[in-house]
Amino acid sequence: MASSFNRSRWIVWTAFALVMVVAPKVFNSGLGLTVLSQMGIAIIACLSYNILFGQGGMLSFGHAVYTGLGSFLAIHALNAATHGGLPLPVALVPLAGGLAGLGFAVLFGYVTTRKAGTTFAMITLGLGELVFAMSLMVPEFFGGEGGVSGNRMVRDGLWGITFGPQVQVYYLIAIYTFVCVAAMYAFTRTPLGGMLNAVRDNPERVEFVGYDTQRVRYLAFIISGFFAGIAGGLAALNFEIVTAEVVGAARSGGYLLFTFLGGATFFFGPILGAVLMVLALVLFSEFTQAWLLYLGLIFLLMVMFAPGGIASLIMMNVRVAMFGRLRELLLSYLGLAATTALMFAGGTSIIEMVYHLQLNQSEGPVFAYLGMNLDVSKPVHWLLAALLLAVGAGLFEWVRRGFVHHWGLIQAAIEADIRRREAA
Amino acid sequence: MEFFVISMLNGLSYGLLLFMLSSGLTLIFSMMGVLNFAHASFYMLGAYVGFTIASFTGFWWALVLAPLVVGALGALFERYCLRRVHKFGHVAELLLTFGLAYVVLELVQLVWGRIALEFKPPESLSGPLFTLINRTGDGLSMMMGAAPKELCRSADAAIRVVCSPFPATRGFMMLVALVMLFSVWLLLTRTRIGLVIQAALTHPHMVEALGHNVPRVFMLVFGAGTALAGLAGVIGGSIFLTEPAMAATVGPIIFVVVVVGGMGSLSGAFLASVLIGVLQTFAIAFDYSLATLAGQLGLSLSQGLRDNTYINMTLSQVAPILPFLLLVLMLIFRPRGLLGTREG
Amino acid sequence: MTSALELKGLRKNFGKTEIIRGIDLTVQKGERIGLIGPNGAGKSTLFNLISGRLHPTSGEVRLNGRRIDGLKPYEINRLGLSRSFQITNIFPKLSVFENLRCSVLWSLGYKYSFWRFLANLHDANDRAEQLMGMIRLGAKRNALAMNLTYAEQRALEIGITIGGGADVILLDEPTAGMSHSETARFTELIKEVTVGKTLLTVEHDMGVVFGLADKIAVVVYGEVLAFDTPEAVRANARVQEAYLGSSVADAQVGGP
Repeated sequence: MASSFNRSRWIVWTAFALVMVVAPKVFNSGLGLTVLSQMGIAIIACLSYNILFGQGGMLSFGHAVYTGLGSFLAIHALNAATHGGLPLPVALVPLAGGLAGLGFAVLFGYVTTRKAGTTFAMITLGLGELVFAMSLMVPEFFGGEGGVSGNRMVRDGLWGITFGPQVQVYYLIAIYTFVCVAAMYAFTRTPLGGMLNAVRDNPERVEFVGYDTQRVRYLAFIISGFFAGIAGGLAALNFEIVTAEVVGAARSGGYLLFTFLGGATFFFGPILGAVLMVLALVLFSEFTQAWLLYLGLIFLLMVMFAPGGIASLIMMNVRVAMFGRLRELLLSYLGLAATTALMFAGGTSIIEMVYHLQLNQSEGPVFAYLGMNLDVSKPVHWLLAALLLAVGAGLFEWVRRGFVHHWGLIQAAIEADIRRREAA
Repeated sequence: MEFFVISMLNGLSYGLLLFMLSSGLTLIFSMMGVLNFAHASFYMLGAYVGFTIASFTGFWWALVLAPLVVGALGALFERYCLRRVHKFGHVAELLLTFGLAYVVLELVQLVWGRIALEFKPPESLSGPLFTLINRTGDGLSMMMGAAPKELCRSADAAIRVVCSPFPATRGFMMLVALVMLFSVWLLLTRTRIGLVIQAALTHPHMVEALGHNVPRVFMLVFGAGTALAGLAGVIGGSIFLTEPAMAATVGPIIFVVVVVGGMGSLSGAFLASVLIGVLQTFAIAFDYSLATLAGQLGLSLSQGLRDNTYINMTLSQVAPILPFLLLVLMLIFRPRGLLGTREG
Repeated sequence: MTSALELKGLRKNFGKTEIIRGIDLTVQKGERIGLIGPNGAGKSTLFNLISGRLHPTSGEVRLNGRRIDGLKPYEINRLGLSRSFQITNIFPKLSVFENLRCSVLWSLGYKYSFWRFLANLHDANDRAEQLMGMIRLGAKRNALAMNLTYAEQRALEIGITIGGGADVILLDEPTAGMSHSETARFTELIKEVTVGKTLLTVEHDMGVVFGLADKIAVVVYGEVLAFDTPEAVRANARVQEAYLGSSVADAQVGGP
């Protein structure tokens, strides 16, 4: 039993490494490499956020402080290495970011972790605003309006590696990503990691088994800050410029949003969330101006109906599949997908038409969307879209009820099965 | 002297606006344990909805109707969304309101656009409420309304006259805030529904066991809290600025107010609002830095120090971070806030 | 000889209300004390004062001769005192095994380490297995604590309490909410797992108390009315008047 468990572990980690090695060969366009590089960075950032959120139960609204300050220190270190003679190889610059994240977490974390729950969230929010406001006041460190730029290219690099081409940067990021993911996973399996989960579940009881809850939180905060700083340092190398928005509230909000969306209760959830984050920011934003609205709505629906995120949805279905009952649900899933597509087509058409009215008046009343030509001046188009939305919603509700009923039956059967196995 | 008085009054009016916002937040938090991250979004909605209503019916009707609309929206949100998440705990509730903030911002931009709106206070409120005239030799005197130009100028070079007007809009802000808060206090302490709310604040299960419809009370309180925010929005939006960023600017400050005042304490929120309002108003007005202080004390600084950014930072430049600085200091020295009870 | 636990002039006020009104109590090593009294007498408050959840308004609490009043709960726990809770206080999203392992980590010295794997901490894992056997939850090793039945959760609660190897154990209404048969089994379990330890247990079920305790302390209105052997306490007139004089109590003692 143990050896098969270990074997599956080896398979997963090897597959993960393989995917990272092979991906740039598959997505070898400029855009592809950029997206992959950003995904690596985002994975480290979101996993570091989840140390606080999913593992520690600490809702932080100011995580960008640590990734951002890591970025700033890294770019200064890069400049010091390039011009000032600091003997720091470019490949190790992200570690400087990590040290910055660690240092600031030590400094701010003491005050931040004094309280828990909602107050903790407010403290992180206030600190985030404080750092962001300061970024506009201290141009030496934050570079003022234009930010701080750097140059990562090495003239006589080892083995000819100059970090000029994006693909070389990608592989550097990939190495850091693999190591950091492994390290953060290992952390969950240590005494501190275990007690962190205990603190999340029942902070009071932890005190009565001999642990100082605040100390556990503080240490976790510092470790999270370290990895956040590394992500920031990699970003500094990747973009070769760091501006004040990297410590801003929007970025902190993004980490929270996507880590939650990916799923905070499973280790791989934030990885999913990070991938989604980069896809949304880089690609979805090109398709529609309403992407942030859709994101917000999806987030709201997730909080209400699937608080464990996409990872939990996947795992629930994996469990059903393991009991051999997934096939029965296929038809329901198809129905849900089809009706969602109907609602999506109708709803987004309306929203796109409104945006067109708001922003693109000068281009005339007609625009292309989803292969159709929508005319904002024709009431018929509006009515049709609304009708599509309404019909889709009605059908969705009908399919959903059937699905929920069926799902409930399957869950009950699975649970009875488990009980039987336990009693045996 | 007149500068001090006017600035004090300005600070007080801003603080009262902050209190209108943070009192709704505190009420909702005390009652339901939910920290409404989207509270500033309802403030913004109040401004925008008020603008739209005002364009049809004028300002005064907007002042009455917009808060009702916003309160209704808040109540609907509580009924259909927040209530569903209640069983997942406070973190989930906070996350839900966080998501709502995003959605409201995007919807506002969708409907009203991304540039600032021209939402103006009514003509009857234009001009100063009163003017303070400081005349060398005669001292300080006050005059209702605007002071005519002749009084503010002095032909004689030896006599200096300074006229400091206090805007009627600010006075109106203070009036509305005080009236609103007084009515809320009356409602809570003198009416039956107020007593039920007070009881549900600390013992919701007991109140439910006594037969009161506690979920409906929650919905009413949430609606009332957001209506207060909407009212503040109509006033703040017309007197200050109505733009999509207004929620993000004032949002963090009211959270600072709530934490500094002590989570769940209305009187603490009042104290903290006034403190921060006055602090910020005064700070923005001061162009003094450590360098100017050194100059006044007669100290001469070295060249290096004279060019240093921190030494040359004026108080007005530092003003934006003052609330957050206060937050950090409060958390270091007195984590439970000014008047907060120890958090469990 | 230093007593295991000593309370001297212990008082606790909440605002103007005096809940604990001057309690003196000395418990010797290895003694098993039952704490009984009507609801609201202050028994749970007393436990909270001893274990550090609350700080006394005045008075002393001494553990093995050392003052522990005013210390934080984890400091007191590290000195060798552990308590269970009346309302089950476990780690809901961790498995039974993980719950028990959490309770032993500090006492085995692992503290805040993050450079070792839990899987390799053989002494911690063995001890957790041993505890699981003692509280008879081996079959539910990997079940999440929130999915256990009520009685199983109470057993886990006890397991977590004794896990760290504390010498002084405080059990707050361990059999609360259990049926007759469950109570009987549970009392046996408590006897087994607390061999050689100093035990204080708050109980309402007279059968449990009289069967388990060497001495009984009767707490009424924040004061100790009597502190003596079970027979002496039953015969005590004041106690009978204040608390025991009911047919229900007689029936419980007559019991299964």
